[in-house]
Parts: sequence; C-alpha cells; structure tokens
Amino acid sequence: MLIHKYLTIFGRYLTLMGRTFSRPERFRMFLKQYVKEMAQLGVNSIGIVLLISFFIGAVICIQMKLNIQSPWMPRWVSGYTTREILLLEFSSSIMCLILAGKVGSNIASELGTMRVTQQIDALEIMGVNSASYLILPKIMGMLTIMPCLVIFSSATGILGAYATAYVGHVLPPDDLTLGLQHDFKPWFMWMSIIKSQFFAFIISSVPAFCGYTVEGGSVNVGKASTDAVVTSSVLILFSDVFLTQLLS
Amino acid sequence: MIEVKNLYKSFEDKDVLKDINTVFEDGKTNLIIGRSGSGKTVLMKNLVGLLDPTSGQVLYDGRDFVHMTKHEKVMMRREMGMIFQSAALFDSLTVLENVMFPLDMFSSMTYRERVKRAMDCLDRVNLNGAEEKFPGEISGGMQKRVAIARAISLNPKYLFCDEPNSGLDPKTSLVIDDLLQGITKEFNITTIINTHDMNSVMGIGENIIFIYEGEKEWQGESSQIMNSTNERLTDFIFASDLLKNMRQVVIQNGLNL
Repeated sequence: MLIHKYLTIFGRYLTLMGRTFSRPERFRMFLKQYVKEMAQLGVNSIGIVLLISFFIGAVICIQMKLNIQSPWMPRWVSGYTTREILLLEFSSSIMCLILAGKVGSNIASELGTMRVTQQIDALEIMGVNSASYLILPKIMGMLTIMPCLVIFSSATGILGAYATAYVGHVLPPDDLTLGLQHDFKPWFMWMSIIKSQFFAFIISSVPAFCGYTVEGGSVNVGKASTDAVVTSSVLILFSDVFLTQLLS
Repeated sequence: MIEVKNLYKSFEDKDVLKDINTVFEDGKTNLIIGRSGSGKTVLMKNLVGLLDPTSGQVLYDGRDFVHMTKHEKVMMRREMGMIFQSAALFDSLTVLENVMFPLDMFSSMTYRERVKRAMDCLDRVNLNGAEEKFPGEISGGMQKRVAIARAISLNPKYLFCDEPNSGLDPKTSLVIDDLLQGITKEFNITTIINTHDMNSVMGIGENIIFIYEGEKEWQGESSQIMNSTNERLTDFIFASDLLKNMRQVVIQNGLNL
C-alpha cells in the first residue's frame, strides 16, 4: 500500500516535470522570469552561503589542526584535509542541504499560496501552461546559479581557514598554503559542480511539486513547505551516496 | 452561446452534478444561483475545464469543449476570461502588469500598444491612478475591478465570474454588477456569473439557473422569480422574514419591481 502511494506520487511528479519541460509560450516572458528567479533564489542566497562557508571553513581547519595534526604527520595535513572536505562534501552537498531549507521552503510556500489563492487556476484559464511558466524558470535559474554558489562557497571556506591562520594563529599560514596546494586534483572541483547540478534540480523541482500540488488552505501550504524541505534533504543525501560512488 | 448537455460530475461515489441541461446566451448576464454546496462552483469549473465532467457535453458555439485535445482546449481558453472569488491577482505584479499579463503572453502588440490597451481596460473599470499599486495595497472592490480589467483585456467571447460580489459591501457590489452588465452588452459576450447575492439576481439576472442539490431546479428571468411557484427557489431567494413579507406585499398589491 505504501509502495503504491509513493509510486503514485512519483508518477505525479514525473507528469508535472513533463508539463514543466515543455516549450515556453513566450520566450520573452520565460527570460524575464528566469532572471528574476536567479536573483530571488540564487543571488539572494549568496549572503548565507558566504557566511556559513566562512565559519565552517574556519572550524574545519581548527578541528583538523587540533585533532589530526601530530608530530608524526606532515605539516601540510591540516590544510590538505580542510581543502578536501570543503571541495568534496561541504561546498556541494552540505551547502545544498542548507539551501534546501532556504530555497525549498521559499518555492513550496510561494507556489502553494498561488495554488490556494487560485492564481494558478487563473493562469490555466488564460491558457497558460502554469507548470512551465512557474516552475521551469526556477529549475533553470537554480541550475545556472548553483556552480557560482559552489565556487563562492569553496573560496569563502578557504578564506575562513586562512582567517584561523592569520587572525587566530592556529597554524602557520605557510603550512596551510602548502596543504591547500598539495596534490590538488582539479577533477574534485568539477565533481563538486556536477553533484551540485543534481542537487540544484532536486531543491527546485521537489519543492515545486510539493507547492504546486497543494490542496486546501494555509495549513496545507505550511505542511507542503515542511515536506518539501524534508523530502529534498533526504533525496540530496541519498543521491550524494550514489553520485560520490559514481564520480570518484 | 454555451450549451450544457446531460452534464454529470461525481467525486468518488458522491454525485455533485446530476443531468444538467441548459443554455447560456450571448449578450446576456447568465446567473447560476444556489445554496452553498449545491454544485455551482463545480458546474463553473466543469464549464471552463478546471474539472472534467464524468459525462456530458459543454458546447461553445457548437464546439465540444469536453472532448477537445489539450492543445484545442488551450486555444479555446484564450477566448475565455475569468474572475475568481478571491480575484486571484498575481501578488508579485502591479495592477498594470496584472492587466497586461494576458497581452504579454498572447498578443503580438508592441510594448506601447500593450500598455495602452491595459490602461484602456483600467479606465473602463474606473481604476485610473492605481496602475502602479500592488494587489495587496488596494481594496477588495478594486481588486475585483482589476480582475475584470484583466479578464477583458484580450476581448474574450466568454466571461466567467465566480461569486464576484463575495466580501464586498452592497454599494461596491452594485458597481461590480453594473460593470459586468455593461461589459456584457458592450462586447456582446456570454457572461456567466456564479452568485448568491440576491441584489445581483434581481438586478442583472437575465437568464437565471437555480441549482438545488446538484440538479437544475429552475431556469428563468429575474422578473419571473417574484411570482414563481417553485418553493425551493422562493425559499432560497426570499430567505429572511423581511424579504418574505416584502414579497407578499408586492404580490398582494400587484407591484412591479
């Protein structure tokens, strides 16, 4: 019974995505929405991404220095492990988990409110493909802006690590630089960006589905918003396992 | 003209609409009335395609809307305008942008022409000066007028209004009724209004359909209501003691409303 329920939901999700990825009625309107969504979902998230990345970068560096570094280890180990954690997991997966909360609830509540106040019905009556008009620019906007967020996150995380070296004097800056440059594989950066594209799709499409299919009133909009965050977070974690295995 | 033939709508095992047969005429204000939960909104949603009927036909000037392809339905909908109970204006757009939206989406006009057309529509509903405001900054009555302006911006052939007067004071309701009647005559469109506002029924009802428990109970003009022998209809229209007494006085003295 439970499987049937989840398969039904998955089927409805696929149907909605089918409607979403159809040719926009007016490309001019699509572009306008696309730019607006990039600003609303992506640019407006830069602040929180930079703030969290800076402090997490600093904390990772301190933890590595205090718990990993020993006289038996090379002096670059703290910088090296900090870089690997930031590039491989934090800037893609953990940052997307954070964005799932911010962006996911935003999308679900916006579309849910539009549904219960009949704004989506109004679009349908006009003959507009509401799924394509409302959801496609959000997905495309997130996919476009996500690599920038990943790069900003990695760079700010490294800045945070440097802050511990220069301001906190936790470790010598030269050691940190040596570690950050040691055995650098550019593929890890690409891996991070590729993973983030999958996560960007999850954090925009799943909450859009939850919001778009709301029935009832404001209580259900709140529930859809919670469901959107929980579901997209779980899906990010699941897909992270597979993607890491696949891309490593 | 919109014809409804043998329309049934059920939700799981509950029959909400049962064998509805009626005609909504051009250039007339067609009213659907009935108690809350009688099936008025479901009927309107079936007419515009927000719900699919269980069986039956909805013919728009002879074109069967129910059995149209998805693309045909989309094209058909461009001939429709709808005013929702909640006005359903787009929160993130200004009044002018709301009215321009259908034009932006479907017309090949230049930007200047679209703005001019939207301003003309706002002028028609007496809303000059509000174009830069957002829906949250204007009153409920103004929101309804913006919704009317948006609905007529593409010169629809069919106009649907779901309880356009709900939540409005009696004077504002009269303004909305006059507007709807005026637009119907001016553009010779088929207007269907779903309402339980008795002022609207008596004031602008040219073709009234009374729905009772999902069935068409009565159809006629507002002038026929006063002398109707249909008890369910008169009980619904003249629900309060005051109105019942007034009706008796009108009938006894042979007055004309």
